[in-house]
Amino acid sequence: MEATTVHARDTFSGGVHPADNKHLTAHKPTVAAAIPKRAIIPLSQHIGAPTKPLVVIGQEVKKGDKIGETAGFVSAPVHASISGKVTAIGNFPHILGSDMPSIIIESDGKDEWVAGLKETPDYNVLSPDELKKLVLDAGIVGMGGATFPTHVKLSPPKEKPIDVVILNGAECEPFLTSDHRLMLERPNEIIEGLKILMRILNVSTGYVGIEANKPDAIEVMSKAAAGSPEIKVWPVKVKYPQGAEKMLIKAIAGRTVPAGSLPMDVGVVVQNVGTAEAIYNAVRFGKPLIERYVTVTGRGVKEPKNFLVRIGTQFSQLIEEAGGLTDEAAKVIAGGPMMGMSQYTLDVPVIKGTSGITVLPKAEVGIKSYGPCIRCGRCIDACPMKLQPSLLGLYIEKGHYEDAKDYNLMDCFECGSCTFVCPANRPMVQWVKKAKKELAKKKN
Amino acid sequence: MEAPAKEQPKEQPKEPHKLIVSIGPHMHDEENTAKIMWTVSGALLPAVLMSVYYFGIPALLVILVCLVTSLVSEAVVQRIMKRPVTLTDGSAFLTGLLLAMNLPSNAPLYIPVAGSFVAIVITKHLFGGLGYNIFNPALIGRAFVLISFPKLMTTFVPTTVMHVDAKTMATPLVLLKEEGMSKILEIYHTKIALYQDLFIGNRAGSLGETSVIALLLGAGFLLMKRYITWHIPIPFIATVGILSWLFGGKEGLMSGDAIFHMMSGGLVLGAFFMATDYVTGPSVRSAQIVFGICAGALTVLIRLKGGYPEGVMFAILLMNCFAPLLDRGMRSRVFGKVEAKGVKK
Repeated sequence: MEATTVHARDTFSGGVHPADNKHLTAHKPTVAAAIPKRAIIPLSQHIGAPTKPLVVIGQEVKKGDKIGETAGFVSAPVHASISGKVTAIGNFPHILGSDMPSIIIESDGKDEWVAGLKETPDYNVLSPDELKKLVLDAGIVGMGGATFPTHVKLSPPKEKPIDVVILNGAECEPFLTSDHRLMLERPNEIIEGLKILMRILNVSTGYVGIEANKPDAIEVMSKAAAGSPEIKVWPVKVKYPQGAEKMLIKAIAGRTVPAGSLPMDVGVVVQNVGTAEAIYNAVRFGKPLIERYVTVTGRGVKEPKNFLVRIGTQFSQLIEEAGGLTDEAAKVIAGGPMMGMSQYTLDVPVIKGTSGITVLPKAEVGIKSYGPCIRCGRCIDACPMKLQPSLLGLYIEKGHYEDAKDYNLMDCFECGSCTFVCPANRPMVQWVKKAKKELAKKKN
Repeated sequence: MEAPAKEQPKEQPKEPHKLIVSIGPHMHDEENTAKIMWTVSGALLPAVLMSVYYFGIPALLVILVCLVTSLVSEAVVQRIMKRPVTLTDGSAFLTGLLLAMNLPSNAPLYIPVAGSFVAIVITKHLFGGLGYNIFNPALIGRAFVLISFPKLMTTFVPTTVMHVDAKTMATPLVLLKEEGMSKILEIYHTKIALYQDLFIGNRAGSLGETSVIALLLGAGFLLMKRYITWHIPIPFIATVGILSWLFGGKEGLMSGDAIFHMMSGGLVLGAFFMATDYVTGPSVRSAQIVFGICAGALTVLIRLKGGYPEGVMFAILLMNCFAPLLDRGMRSRVFGKVEAKGVKK
């Protein structure tokens, strides 16, 4: 590939252009990370009700055994990612920042699959409901980071017909290349996954949205979709947050998701490319979601790499496999630098939504205090939701949460574009999170 | 429940680093307040150099006194109010420099002192400091000294390269108001020569307002860096041009001299460097256009019908009051907001 980008016009209004830093890992084929000696599997790896443990301490489990059962509709089961013995069930560090109930499995070194995985070579004969059941049983959630249970998204109410499925391969988050590598290495699985999604939703139009800075992925995916006229690979403009659901729908389908509503309200379901691949594995081979692509990157690790990682592998192990931290390493982020969460310990495990680990060196970590808002309007131009982040910041800074709500606080999805451009370094995202929490507290 | 995090395995690599934890985003672009303030000050450099060229050492003295007074005032008032002293953010420097650009070179030096004091202490810090002032500090500073010392503030000298004997000289706008265009042409001979002198800056006036070319150089740089956008200055200047063409002539409608009006007085300085002040102007783009048009209309109204020959300063100050209202009334529609009304939840 000679061109570094392909031409793409479709996008949304607003947004920012952070340095993408993808050259650190984009060209590196994915390698399998070592099977962890000890897997930490949180009972909650999704939005919704945490699962209930199905195992007790001392119990032997095989790879793929269901160890956490759903509790409610918006929930997804969790599975053992290694074979071995359950040695503990208790609170362990989680990437969300506090300790969360988790199941610890010590490996027996055999890495044996659970018996009776059901292969279905001719899965096209299955009914949409049967397919959906397989997706639910495999514990599949949105793998782009939002971790919303996939089977819920695939069950829209009857009065909201879906006519478009979009696979999200935008990967607009700087540094991360796990989706990029997945598209290069498993294009056919992704396309098959998309077809299954379209079959479940009875939809005849499918798109794969990819940012124009990944021309090789666009080419490979186009080739994989060549025999399927109902599927279009759709380059979109390089701009953060192009991969946000509403922004991608705007760019590709030209539809505007109403404020406070979901994509299904405009007839669209968006799924991450990794989710589609997991769906294919679940339907075709009966395999639950126990591993995923993870980019370990940033100038704070010695050899940035793309890994295929078992769920429950600790960050510390992956960082060691990426050559270890450099002396300058200062911040470890679960995910990318725009929306990722910084971690206080490397003991946290990879979960279903962990697309990357970004380690920033000291020189790239700003520890500055913030100044007064100079009302330059940069945040207003940058906001993809067309909010006035400067005003939200001023209100919340003074504790006027209700006023912030009147200025559409609830429509903010915390992409961080405003904070990225703010010359006074004002922590708008932090304030927005705080205001939402305070308002929720008042409500209860 | 057992085995809390503390008994984590011994095979852990040595805890190598103290990790920094904060809410994202964990990346930031290159801009910061100080860089913006110092860059805007830098963009005034061509105008500063031209003022020293045309008005000599007195101009330099006015600039220095403004800068020193502004910086000292800021430091002292912040010390008294027990706030951190923020001279390095460049905002006080910029205010001082802008005020100097708005003063006559022959003003006695207590005028820049008084103007800077009012600008920094009263207009800026008594209203809450950087980001909270309602009015443009440099312009309030100038309005204060203009009203307090009307004679001194409206007496200008010819430039050093003009071959005239007179010690003082009226600005082109004063000449137009009091004696008409024919008097101006007596001094500048032809329209073309007049336009040339206005463009280059060879005319009587405040330090930084005379040289259109020098101001445009700086403004072009700021536009290129996107530190300012066209939304305020272009509608501002265009409105002045159109309205003065329509109503500015002696021979009825559409006989005014738009080019003369657009290049005279403090319009170019005001439109690109003062009306674009982030703090005191609107931040919503559509509101900025309205702001520019209204400021232009007020400028023409004052020039043609008011008691003052020049109206840019009062026009901007009046519009400063409306900036928050414009922002509130013209905020852009939230993504998906209107459509939301029809949606059943």
